[in-house]
Formats: sequence, structure tokens, C-alpha cells
Amino acid sequence: MAFEPRIVGFLCNWCSYTGADLAGTSRVKYPFNVRIIRVMCSARIDPTFILKALSDGADGVLVCGCHPGDCHYVEGNYKAMRRYALLKKTLRSLGVEEDRVRLEWVSASEGVRFGEVIADMTEKIRKLGPNRIKAELILDKAER
Amino acid sequence: MEALRKKAHEIITGGQVKVIIGYGEGSPERARAIFAQTPAEVDQLIFDQRCLQNLAVYLMKPEVKALGKMAITASKNVLRSILQLASENQLTDADLVVIGITDDGGVIEFPNLQAVEEHIKAAGTPAKNEDRARIEEIDKKPLEERWQYWQEQLSACVKCYACRSACPMCYCTRCTVECNQPQWIPAPSHHLGNLEWHIMRAMHLTGRCIECGECGRACPLGLPINLLTQKLAAEIESQFDWQAGMSLKVENPLSTFKPDDKENFIK
Ligand code: FES
Repeated sequence: MAFEPRIVGFLCNWCSYTGADLAGTSRVKYPFNVRIIRVMCSARIDPTFILKALSDGADGVLVCGCHPGDCHYVEGNYKAMRRYALLKKTLRSLGVEEDRVRLEWVSASEGVRFGEVIADMTEKIRKLGPNRIKAELILDKAER
Repeated sequence: MEALRKKAHEIITGGQVKVIIGYGEGSPERARAIFAQTPAEVDQLIFDQRCLQNLAVYLMKPEVKALGKMAITASKNVLRSILQLASENQLTDADLVVIGITDDGGVIEFPNLQAVEEHIKAAGTPAKNEDRARIEEIDKKPLEERWQYWQEQLSACVKCYACRSACPMCYCTRCTVECNQPQWIPAPSHHLGNLEWHIMRAMHLTGRCIECGECGRACPLGLPINLLTQKLAAEIESQFDWQAGMSLKVENPLSTFKPDDKENFIK
């Protein structure tokens, strides 16, 4: 069977989730590969969440927040940005393809863009192939 | 050494502190930490090139805190750890007396933490150790080789958490790795959980690691895990012009931001 990427999307409640909602209500077509988890703010996303998603078998992790300056909690997305950048560097130096994680700003009115981001990311991950953390390291379920 | 013991006697007999954290004789190649509470014990204090351990870790241990007001013999790394801990509101002047030691065993007296800060600032940017070169070397390898390298290293990890116990900055009373609702990091010492544990450890020390390398020294398997935390320290330094343990100000790069933070940095 052809490889279908599985992407976990962490979306902030105020802009990005609403943006995704708009994509839905305006019937934007985008790939079905993303599973969305709503969080209150992009700053809520602990690097551990991303790691857990990757090690539990996600092929990619998408983090979406409000555009800089628009965060509902004023500065959440700026902090998320720094944290995320460092996680990416760490993954890179450990030999994990850094493109598996991606940060995007999506506002409440950008339903169409949300669709485009998902489509673009899905294609990129499809090229990268299955996540090797999952492929090479996953434990037997019984071992857990 | 004489100057050190003299100063130590002074503050122990004067009743200024209850315990002095310092180095004593261990096995032939190694010094170990001692906790001197009496003048006789003070006479066992030593300082030489074997005294590498970052003693600041004991300032955070409840068993040591319970002994009463502490003094600590502090080489440069320890001084920086102390500043970092103080900037995180973990230490105040009321908790400890700092006895600075120079590389050749001389004593520097510090009336308070402010003086420690001035001393460290005056000494200027800390010299880069050879680990930085090692990090660059690994980073230059192609992705595949980096992955193999770290898998090989980290798969040996038995999750004894000696790195955590040895690190002055790992003072949380409850560590994420012990959370099991949900289980963020799988508990068995297995490739998967090991990778996650070491990434998480490095992330939690970002902007706080003063690059003493103690985690690497503490590792019973000799894994170069200090390179992971030091890699992030190097990254923080180049991106945000920040070094941990240089001041008493609370201003961790991950809890602050600048509105003009470069977005190209995230791509
Ligand atoms: S609320 Fe959207 S990023 Fe903070």
C-alpha cells in the first residue's frame, strides 16, 4: 500500500483552529492526512508533545499559532517560536529530519491558506517517507 | 590549600555557617565532595586539578539544605552555576557563603552574590572548551551518520539518571520523565525512550546550561551526553547572544522574546 503520511497538527484555539474551521465551513479541499489537536495557544505546546507525537508514530508534526503580534495571550507565539526553533536544531543534530516539524502562522481568516499549508506539508512528508523514529525504534506494545 | 582551610576554619568556628561543601580525598585519581561540619573535617578540604565536580548541585539537595546555612568552595563553573540558580530564585545571600577558589588554589572572598556577579562579569566571556569543536565536527556529518552516531551512543543508556542527579540545574522535585499520566517518556531503557529522554533533558536545560560538562562526567557509561546540552548552549549563544550563569538577572532566553525576533530563524 502506498505510504500515507500521518501528521499531527497542534492548533491554537484563537486563530489557527478557527482558521481550520473556516476551511471546513467554506469547503476547502485539503488532504486528510492531518489529525488536529486543539490547544489554547501555540505556547502551550511543550517540545515533549512534539516528541511524543513523533515517537508514537506521527510522520510529521505541524504547529500553528496566530501571527506574531496577534496571539490572544500577547506573547505566546513569540515564545513558542524560540522554543520550537531550538527543538528543531536539536532534532537536526541528532539526525532526525527537521522538516518533520513545521511551524506556521494561520489566522482565523486564512481558511484557504490552512488548506494549502496542509497540502504542502503532506507532500513534503510524503517525499521524506515514513518517520524513522517509528520505523526503527518503536517498542513492542507489550514492552511498554 | 592553606588559604582555603584558613578561611573555612574562620567561618565554621565563627558560626557563620553550619556546613562547608568542598572537595576531599577520594580514590587515588579522584577527589570527592565532602560536607565539613567540624574544624576536624575542615582540615580534610583539598583543592587540586582532580577537583572537577560541579559542587553547586549540592546546594539544591534537601539533605544538604537541612544541615543549615551552607558555604561552598567554588571554582569558576560553580560560581556560574550559583549565579544561574540565583537568577532562577533558587538561592539568596541568606542561604550561603561563597568561597571562591582560583585555578591555583587561591581564595577569593565574596561578601554577597552581587560580588560574585561582578567577579564573573569582570572575567569576561568564558573560554570555549574543546567540546564545542567536537559538536561542530558531529554537526558537519551527513544526517544519516549523525543518526547512526547518536543511536549508537544513546542506545547504551541505562536510564540511571546520573546525569540528572549531577546537574545543578536539574532541581525539579518532580521530573517530566517520571510522569506517567500520561507517560511522556517511555520508562524502559530502550532506543526510543532514550532518544526522547535525552532530547527532553537538553531542552529543559536550554539557556540554563553553563557547560560544566558534569552530566558527561557523571555518566557511568561515559556517553557524551553533555554535547547535547552544550550544543543548545552554543545555539542560544549565537542566536540570542546569551550565556547562562553570567548574571543575577532573571532573563532566560526562552521566557523572554523580542518583537523583532527573526522569523527566518524558524525555517
Ligand atoms: S493564542 Fe494563538 S498563538 Fe497564542
